[in-house]
Amino acid sequence: MKKRIYLDYSATTPIKKEVLDEMMPYFSELYGNPSSIYSFGREAKKALDFARDRIAKAIGATSKEIFFTGGGSEADNWAIKGIAYANRQKGNHIITTKTEHHAVLHVCQYLEKNGFEVTYLDVDEYGIIDLNQLREAITDKTILITIMFVNNEIGTIQPIKEIGKVAKERGIYFHTDAVQALGNVSIDVKELGVDLMNFSSHKIYGPKGVGAIYIKKGVKLHPLIHGGAQERKRRAGTENVSAIVGFGKAVELAVENLDGHIAHLNKLRDKLIKGIQENIDYVKLNGHPTERHPGNVHVCFEFIEGESLLLSLDMVGIAGSSGSACTSGSLDPSHVLMAIGLTHEIAHGSLRLTVGDFTTEEDIDYVIENLKVIVDRLRQMSPLYERVKGGQ
Amino acid sequence: MYSEKVMDHFVNPRNVGEIEDADGVGQVGNVKCGDIMKMYLKIEDDTIVDVKFKTFGCGSAIATSSIATEMIMGKSVEDAVALTNRAVVEALDGLPSQKVHCSVLAEQAVKAAIYDYAQKSGIVIKGLENFVPTDDHDHHDHEEEDEE
Ligand SMILES: Cc1ncc(COP(=O)(O)O)c(C=O)c1O
Repeated sequence: MKKRIYLDYSATTPIKKEVLDEMMPYFSELYGNPSSIYSFGREAKKALDFARDRIAKAIGATSKEIFFTGGGSEADNWAIKGIAYANRQKGNHIITTKTEHHAVLHVCQYLEKNGFEVTYLDVDEYGIIDLNQLREAITDKTILITIMFVNNEIGTIQPIKEIGKVAKERGIYFHTDAVQALGNVSIDVKELGVDLMNFSSHKIYGPKGVGAIYIKKGVKLHPLIHGGAQERKRRAGTENVSAIVGFGKAVELAVENLDGHIAHLNKLRDKLIKGIQENIDYVKLNGHPTERHPGNVHVCFEFIEGESLLLSLDMVGIAGSSGSACTSGSLDPSHVLMAIGLTHEIAHGSLRLTVGDFTTEEDIDYVIENLKVIVDRLRQMSPLYERVKGGQ
Repeated sequence: MYSEKVMDHFVNPRNVGEIEDADGVGQVGNVKCGDIMKMYLKIEDDTIVDVKFKTFGCGSAIATSSIATEMIMGKSVEDAVALTNRAVVEALDGLPSQKVHCSVLAEQAVKAAIYDYAQKSGIVIKGLENFVPTDDHDHHDHEEEDEE
């Protein structure tokens, strides 16, 4: 078979065998509805509680503070709309950043059309917010601060603890999207001072379509999914038991192996960055040099465009992603790349490669070797490169 | 998402390069949009005897420029001016709708190069009387979002 190398772990991950093994019985043997009182139901309920305990333990929360959702996006929607509508009498102002995931940004834009006001904080060239700008943005109408923990494109880690302090001082709810953080940085909700934090299973070697949200005891928010009494009446719908079981196992593995995982990813990430910088000219590393997702490499190659780069990489079996306009499906390159101040010209040539637990050193060697040839080939075709060579 | 034809022209683009003593050179697009095409023509007796291109852009930008060069090679200037973006799309067995603007760019690049040739040789070419070389081209269609 043709060689295939997956370097898009921030997009999704394979399910680990240990995770799948725990899930399997819940498809056809332990299939009861957790809301049923007979033994079939009780078995399923027990599995949910077990998964909930594992997740609570992993982030320093209590089990009653964990609610399952159908993924990270649903949880973002719930946190933001739920707080907004439950606190409308207190105010209509929300603070977020320009670099959030669309599951946050588009919710904020939706709320703007429905009577809320939103401040989108700037970030610096590394993608980090300015705490002073945050403080100044707060008004007596501010009801929520929602700022992501780890950025999904450039990997930048925000100063969550400091933001938590500001929110607490001013008595404002603080939500953080920790989808890219879980399993990649250590998380303790009490220490970080957050009120709401959400996760997604498929980013940490668990199944897709399941996630969770931490809602600190006492935080009031409206439900997003109305219906039955599941999740202590806060999120209706028969639970996806097998997926939740898998998620629980994935979280446990992630936390147990956190140090080893980070060390493995850092080593490969640094090797990849070094290899790119040593072999290819006119390349810019984006994101923060140290406050960064352990497996994230995000670079811009001048004079070439991201989609043709991705297609070329795919031809040699390498999977990556890009924030160029042609891949984002819109007129502009990614909002994150615009927010860190890149020009369109540079942003079009962006490439994100994210390494994971199954990436090897040989994979990185193969990628560097091929990337060099591909970038050179595309540059030879580019009228922009011609100009630079001529003008040297 | 791309047809085999598109991938073929992307992987093995025809006529990539420059022509040093070109009779006509045209460049269209801009970096802001993420596509730039540059076309070089060698013209003898009103016939395109050589054509080369360079493109900065996505897979379909490269494929449309490549196939456009094939479609005008050996043709009369008049025939080349008549090349439409639709013909380019058809020759590639179709393009995803958000990529159709690349074929417009290819058509414009050919016209811009011929326009340059006409300017240099002080002639007027039928079909190019109203041609205005510009850096702008059809933008990607804005997709309307349905949100209540
Ligand atoms: C930061 C962030 N938030 C939210 C999501 C959405 O999660 P899900 O795919 O589980 O809906 C993602 C994944 O794409 C993400 O990276």
